[in-house]
Amino acid sequence: MPEPQDVISREIAELAAKSDGADHPSRDYPPYRSSGLRHPHRPLVAPPEAYAELRGPVFGASDVTPLDGDLTRQHLGEPLGERITVTGRVLDRDGRPVRNQLVEVWQANASGRYPHLRDQHPAPLDPNFTGTGRCLTDAYGGYTFTTIKPGAYPWKNHVNAWRPAHIHFSVFGTAFAQRLVTQMYFPGDPLFAYDPILQSVTDEKARERLVAAYDHDLSQPEWSLGYRWDIVLDGPSATWMEEGR
Amino acid sequence: MRPTPSQTVGPFYGYALPFRDGGDLVPSGHPGAISVHGYVYDGAGAPVPDALLEFWQADAAGNLDGRPGSMRRDEVDGSFAGRDGVTFTGFGRVATDLDGHWAIRTVPPGEVPYIAVCVFARGLLHHLYTRVYLEDSGEALLASLPGDRRATLIAEPERDGVYRFDIRIQGDAETVFLDLG
Ligand SMILES: [Fe+3]
Repeated sequence: MPEPQDVISREIAELAAKSDGADHPSRDYPPYRSSGLRHPHRPLVAPPEAYAELRGPVFGASDVTPLDGDLTRQHLGEPLGERITVTGRVLDRDGRPVRNQLVEVWQANASGRYPHLRDQHPAPLDPNFTGTGRCLTDAYGGYTFTTIKPGAYPWKNHVNAWRPAHIHFSVFGTAFAQRLVTQMYFPGDPLFAYDPILQSVTDEKARERLVAAYDHDLSQPEWSLGYRWDIVLDGPSATWMEEGR
Repeated sequence: MRPTPSQTVGPFYGYALPFRDGGDLVPSGHPGAISVHGYVYDGAGAPVPDALLEFWQADAAGNLDGRPGSMRRDEVDGSFAGRDGVTFTGFGRVATDLDGHWAIRTVPPGEVPYIAVCVFARGLLHHLYTRVYLEDSGEALLASLPGDRRATLIAEPERDGVYRFDIRIQGDAETVFLDLG
């Protein structure tokens, strides 16, 4: 039986009060109900060495086309919605750019609907929008996507559960151990407080790092609104990186 | 700099991340090719039909440099072209099917004797790393683990060239997951 929002919100508040300031969510975060059976009970094991994980897959010009970064040009017509540009840099913990690595994005359409069979939200599909994109980072670690602002959508975690608008990001670093899959949110969304997935990051400062900034200088007259979002990849520790090279 | 927090891959990555032949690190008929396959299970022992697995390994000679071309595009019309059938990129990606099953085709890695695995799933807020070893080689991580834990990292030979490797996210025979700092 799904619980009402106030039960979830109370659990969110209790866990926020106990936050240890961690950068990442705990894999065991009860307000996100499906985490219950999908997190390990045993502590993770630090391997004595990690030769493979300190290196990582390589992607190149052949893996993307220049059009893959524009989600508004994948069909004959223009998608519905508010056209936006999302740009930023992928950096490591030391602030060094992550160059020539793959960034993948996926998102709901402007109505909050994914073209996925299991998405049963009765909002319209957009024949001119699939919602997937990819690009390689440039020499400065930069990436850019042109897309439309995704809509909020309901999900069944609890009664009246709604996801704030978000774009899913998949990012590769120079090591397999730097892999990151995350979600970018839009500033000022009123749904933030109610969403157990965003709130699974219990530290407020860490949570803010998931929210893009509106950047008026990036907005293009008569064309699109600009958002800036930098991504910083975690681990492995610096000593390990040096040993691995 | 503080890192960007992880968030779950969610349920709807299916049309964005998996790609055709994503699990075929080598083509069918490749000399020495092996298949590695298994199921992903949750803490209730139920198969996980919406997990995404990524694989990364050395080539047969032990080289970890990696090569581009895992998800090659057609340069004329932008459609998906797939691997060129010759280059070993070292990278694979497969989603589990509705039965929670997955399979890859590759060659045994040289020198660094394991296939590194990254596990994503709806319900999993931060991915997990594990390793597939094709035998109990006495390698450092295996040697550091008690027997029942070690066994979770060693694929079971089923028949010639076919290995079974199940991933148990939680529970009694929980797979060893790695802290990579
Ligand atoms: Fe989503």
